[in-house]
Amino acid sequence: MFISCNEANHNCDKSQYNEASLWEKIKLNIHLIYCKACRKYSKNNSKLTQVINNSELEYLKTSEKDALKKNFEEELSKNN
Amino acid sequence: MSNHQINPNKWIDLYSDYLFNYTITRVKDRDTAQDLVQDTFFAGLKSMKNFKGEASERTWLISILKRKIIDHYRKINSKKGKAEVRINFNSDTDNEGDWIEQRVADPFDKTAENTLENTELGLAIHNCMSKLPEKQAQIFKMKTILGYETETICNELNITASNLWVIIHRARTALASCLEKNWF
Repeated sequence: MFISCNEANHNCDKSQYNEASLWEKIKLNIHLIYCKACRKYSKNNSKLTQVINNSELEYLKTSEKDALKKNFEEELSKNN
Repeated sequence: MSNHQINPNKWIDLYSDYLFNYTITRVKDRDTAQDLVQDTFFAGLKSMKNFKGEASERTWLISILKRKIIDHYRKINSKKGKAEVRINFNSDTDNEGDWIEQRVADPFDKTAENTLENTELGLAIHNCMSKLPEKQAQIFKMKTILGYETETICNELNITASNLWVIIHRARTALASCLEKNWF
C-alpha cells in the first residue's frame, strides 16, 4: 500500500510512457496524497511529457542514422 | 585566428539530429529531410577548406543547410506544370465541404504563431538534451521521441529494464530543470 519515494518516482516515470499497471498507478496516487516532494516531481514530469509532445521533435532512427553514416564515410574516404 | 576547429569525423554523431530536426520543421517530409541533411554534410565536406572558424561548426552547417532547403523549394516549384496554379473554390471531387462555412479556417486549428512556438521549443529541448551525458540522451531519445519499446532498447544496448528506468529518471529530472531555466 505505502511505497517509498523512489518507487513512487519509478511508477511516475513509467506512467508517462503508459507502462504502469493499474495497481502501480493506485499506489502512486496514494503516495502523492501525503508526499509533497513527489507531487511536485509528478507535476513537472507530466509537464515535460506534454512539452515534448507539443514540440513535434523528430529524430533519425538508428537505422537511418547508420545509413547516413555509411554514405558519409564513403564520401570521406573518397576525398582523402 | 581560427577559434573553431573542423572535424568531419564526428559530424554525424554531433549534428545529424539537430540538422534533421531543423529540416523536418521546414519540409515536412522525412525522406526529403534525410536527403537534404546528407547533401549538407557532403557539401560541407567539399568546402571544408573555406571554413574560417569564425562560427561554430554547427552554425556553419546550418547555413549550408538553409541554402539546400531554399534550393529544394526552388526545384520543386520550377518543375513543369507546377507553375500553373489553378484555384478552384472546391477543388476536391468529394462532396464534403460544399458549403462555404465548412471551408473557412478553423480558429481552433494550429496558428502560425503556434507552429513557430513549437519550432523554437523543439530547438530549446534539443539544446537541453545536448547537455545530458551521451548515454542518457541516447536512451531518452529512443524511449521518448522515437517511441521504442523498453524491451527493444534493453536488447539493443544490453542493459536491464531497471537500469533503463534509472537512466530515464535522471534524464527527465535534468531536462525538466534545464527547460525550466530556459523556457517556462
